[in-house]
Amino acid sequence: MNNHIPHPIKTGLPLFLALVALNFCRAQEEIIITQTGSFFGQKPIPVSLEGFTGEAEQVLKFDLYVQGFSFVTPDIAQYRISGSSTGNVVGQVTDAVSRQVKFSRSYAVASLRRQAHAFADDIVFAITGKKGIGLTKIAFKAQAPGGEGEIYVSDFDGHNAQAVTHDNAIVAAPAWVPGRLALYYTSYQPGNPDIFYHSLSTGQRSVIARFSGLNTSAAVSPDGLKVAMILSRGGSPNVWVCNADGTDFKQLTTSPEDESSPCWSPDGQWICFATKIRSRRVLARVPAGGGAVQRIPTSGVSNPTDPDWSPDGRWIAFTSQMGDFNICVVPAGGGTATVLVPGEHPSWSPNSRTLVLNRDTGWRQSLSVLDVMTKQVKDIGRISGNDSQPAWAK
Amino acid sequence: MKTMKLIYPLAFALAFTFATTGCHNHKAVNVTPMPGENPPIVGGDTGGGTLPPGTPMNPDINPTNGAIATTDATMFDNMTEDRAALAAYTIHFAFDSTAIKSSEQSNLDAVAAALKSDPNLKLLIEGNCDDRGTEEYNRSLGERRALAAREALAKEGLDPSRVRTISYGKDKPADPGHDESAWAKNRRDDFVLLHPKAGT
Repeated sequence: MNNHIPHPIKTGLPLFLALVALNFCRAQEEIIITQTGSFFGQKPIPVSLEGFTGEAEQVLKFDLYVQGFSFVTPDIAQYRISGSSTGNVVGQVTDAVSRQVKFSRSYAVASLRRQAHAFADDIVFAITGKKGIGLTKIAFKAQAPGGEGEIYVSDFDGHNAQAVTHDNAIVAAPAWVPGRLALYYTSYQPGNPDIFYHSLSTGQRSVIARFSGLNTSAAVSPDGLKVAMILSRGGSPNVWVCNADGTDFKQLTTSPEDESSPCWSPDGQWICFATKIRSRRVLARVPAGGGAVQRIPTSGVSNPTDPDWSPDGRWIAFTSQMGDFNICVVPAGGGTATVLVPGEHPSWSPNSRTLVLNRDTGWRQSLSVLDVMTKQVKDIGRISGNDSQPAWAK
Repeated sequence: MKTMKLIYPLAFALAFTFATTGCHNHKAVNVTPMPGENPPIVGGDTGGGTLPPGTPMNPDINPTNGAIATTDATMFDNMTEDRAALAAYTIHFAFDSTAIKSSEQSNLDAVAAALKSDPNLKLLIEGNCDDRGTEEYNRSLGERRALAAREALAKEGLDPSRVRTISYGKDKPADPGHDESAWAKNRRDDFVLLHPKAGT
């Protein structure tokens, strides 16, 4: 039918596999070929889970639920996941229709928990073609009722949480350096909200921005070389950018309004932030090298804040406030916003499918993980008074 | 046609997967080695292990920052805070607003008069918000409120280089309640008088 298709693909077996692949990868196909609307509200993939117990079973259920799977009996499952978790995790995934084993694997060396996360990642990859999130980390702030708190890092599901700071000060807005075990965050420890760099591998901290007034909301560029932030040194909270080591500050916006929460486009060309234009709260973007500010429309919702650009470049997740806080998603160029679930401060997973967020659970903030396409959401165990401002390591 | 173009790479990927993992593996044969302590970071995986403690914060590590003359943070070192002196002159704001209401003008006049009475005194303005907004939005809004008062005081002839601002966002409510009465109290600028420390 055309000359672009290599000859071997025209043979029978690959064509059969193409049909199988279409069936296997339907969820992923829909992401590629459909527009906003059908992207959200997808049905979870029904799987059965047999033979796992205790912590391993809990990990598998959590990881798969927040990546778009539901748990059913084997007779109605699309995939059967079976194995054991005594000593080490051993597992296999079988296509319930074709009865083909997609993979069979055993895990060793690390903790049972980590083995189960690795198996969950292999399941996600085998079925959806996406790299799973089981072995990723998040950073967040945990705050006492009086305002003081610490920065924490943990596994993406909240386990193995460790305090990064021990300053008993107001802290805010942790941000990862892409691909590195290092954070930027805001701390009031010096008596002013200042931005710090903190290497998690050495413990070394350094001051990045300590101007009079507000220094907050650091966001590291995808190449790790630049940091966007909010500084008020120009007379109003504006978007600034500097080198990763806190040199060569450049003011990108000059509006007299209170701007907040810059984030980077994955190609490093744009910085998206929240501001006010003609008395309306909006999202906007500015070229990372400087230039005109452009509005990003978020039709259908108002008071957008906390933008986070998906690593695949397609979406901006944000918080809308219309009485209550809601997690929303809009195409990165702007358009009609989709309201997902109640919550604040969304941060994308590395594979652009899942969000970590904080939400109100009786005047206390807790972290939750949300599968964007199925809207399946699970809470993470709370560390202290209020856990908020999660940032997913990428 | 567009859909078919997407299918062929998938077919190749799947064919490769079947060829390598095999459809016949009914028992576990591929043992996956797991990363140990502090493995190298690949993609979003930052590994396990225990973090070393953070070093103490040293504000002098990067002293070249903070170079705007009128707002140099170091100009406010060696000052003691007097929270009581101007506590009666707190000003309040409307929801999501940084505009100073005319009803608050007399409080601002009192603050300006206090500062003008002694050129050695300086001022810290603390901007605060109610909790109907996200954290960073409120941190910026609180800063804008503090800066609005600083600008108003400058119009009254107070040298803005004597005035420092800080925003607590919604972290330091005056009233912990969650109704309009509490919110109205929390949308505020507090004024803190700064005295030179003895001997400086």
